[in-house]
Amino acid sequence: MKIPIAHFAKLARLSLTEEELALFNEQIDKILDYMNKLNELDTVDVEPTSHVISLSNVIREDISVPCLERKAVLSNAPDHTESFYRVPRIIE
Amino acid sequence: MDLFELGISELRALLEKREISSVNIVESICKRIDRVENNIKAYITVTKEHALHMAEHADKEMKNDITKPLLGIPVAVKDNICTKDILTTCASKILSNYIPPYESTVTARMLKDGYILIGKANLDEFAMGSSTEHSSFFATRNPWNTDRIPGGSSGGAAAAVAANECIAALGSDTGGSIRLPAALCGVVGMKPTYGRVSRYGLVAFASSLDQIGPITKNVNDAAILLNSIAGKDTMDATSAPMDVPDFTAVIGEDIKGIKVGIPKEYFIKGMDPEITVAVQQAIKQLETLGAVPVDVSLPHTEYAIAAYYVLALSEASSNLARYDGVKYGFRAEAEELMDMYLKSRSEGFGQEVKRRIMIGTYALSSGYYDAYYKKAQQVRTLIKDDFENVFKTVDIIATPTAPTPAFRLGEKIADPLQMYLTDIFTLSVNLAGVPGISVPCGFTSDKLPIGLQLIGRHFDEETILKVAHAFEQSTEWHRRNPNL
Repeated sequence: MKIPIAHFAKLARLSLTEEELALFNEQIDKILDYMNKLNELDTVDVEPTSHVISLSNVIREDISVPCLERKAVLSNAPDHTESFYRVPRIIE
Repeated sequence: MDLFELGISELRALLEKREISSVNIVESICKRIDRVENNIKAYITVTKEHALHMAEHADKEMKNDITKPLLGIPVAVKDNICTKDILTTCASKILSNYIPPYESTVTARMLKDGYILIGKANLDEFAMGSSTEHSSFFATRNPWNTDRIPGGSSGGAAAAVAANECIAALGSDTGGSIRLPAALCGVVGMKPTYGRVSRYGLVAFASSLDQIGPITKNVNDAAILLNSIAGKDTMDATSAPMDVPDFTAVIGEDIKGIKVGIPKEYFIKGMDPEITVAVQQAIKQLETLGAVPVDVSLPHTEYAIAAYYVLALSEASSNLARYDGVKYGFRAEAEELMDMYLKSRSEGFGQEVKRRIMIGTYALSSGYYDAYYKKAQQVRTLIKDDFENVFKTVDIIATPTAPTPAFRLGEKIADPLQMYLTDIFTLSVNLAGVPGISVPCGFTSDKLPIGLQLIGRHFDEETILKVAHAFEQSTEWHRRNPNL
């Protein structure tokens, strides 16, 4: 095992089964090996692409516009009160 | 000939002449869906009643002499594009009950132009895949051979167009997800320039690469749909403030003297020899029409897949962090919050999505960021520069769309890397942000469609549409229909 896969599963908020961990371990190793191909290229003086069509500083007038209705937005929540999302216990 | 076989412009002409009604078209499409959908499985949701209601409304408008570019035309929309009050699942269990409270900009623009939603098309979960086998609900079949995959991730949309289960469709393309299934299903598919079309309401996969575009029965229809959806949108800061031409204006112009770059890196060992032959034939055909082929080189092509998957998976892991069982979608029962996150995400996402989130999380994590994400962004610059250099001497680039025709269901599902290699000819176009179109250019001896990809300069969709149309009209491929 090259990468501590359980650690990254926790970072990604995924709980993986033993089978998934084993399968992903093997597959991800292979995929990362392939991605290491990028190291064949010398990129010391190359700017990373931040935006592919070079848009920058997109600004607009600071005018308030109507937003979505709270009721409509909350209607998709698995659980909610009149104006809040409701979730299970956060702290003991 | 049945109405379901026709394209947008033909049907619009018949509607204008009052020879048919929009209700006739929708009824014809619904009949077709009833007959073939069981074998194809193109749709997650078919909106029959809604479509008939919209058609009656369209017919009333036409009675009042109202004319709109898409008035009365049934279009399928990939199920990762939000349609207000209509289920939008991304083919994921985690969004299996999501009813968007808002309309995406593209469908809002098409509504203004009179389109009728006929259904929400299947896809690989969150558009992550090249075969539509990664849908959480069911796999879509290729209309030309139902033992084969339709390509992906917009496989439902492309199959619906090819099987005449809609008149046209909208897909999304992050690394080839419009062009690949269009090629494999024998229809036209276009990814516009990054920023040409608003992404507002497109469920995000990789935000620096995603773009919405048309999948149609012919090139002219692609221009008509692009006219409807293109243009700056204040709801998407990455949409470009560029003038939008009438894309249909160049349709029919001749292509004499157009310089067509043929990149040697796109004719490789291991690709299907029948595809090489068909694409070389297509290039000869372009020459007959007056275009001038020029040998060119895109030297960093071999690094595109590695760079693409680092970037796409990193962005995906970040974008998909929002599915936490709180605001929308599936929530697993749990006693406390962290457990709820873990269970909801683990039960809600399919295996390919989890695999991609894991790789993306790794690539973005502290200590690895420079080695993967930053490195890939630098290689992206080299790939973009390759295209810009070549476009100093040629007007467009011609390549195969895919290295193989449609493969069998299950053939590549166990080997993710093999599946990723399916996108080898399409994903550089997303990395460079340039527009690309796939147009039918032949069939294999097994009667599977082959696609020709034409790539243009940033914001020059017109030239690739013009060339694609001239090519299409000089061939018969687009007139063939699968035997269903």
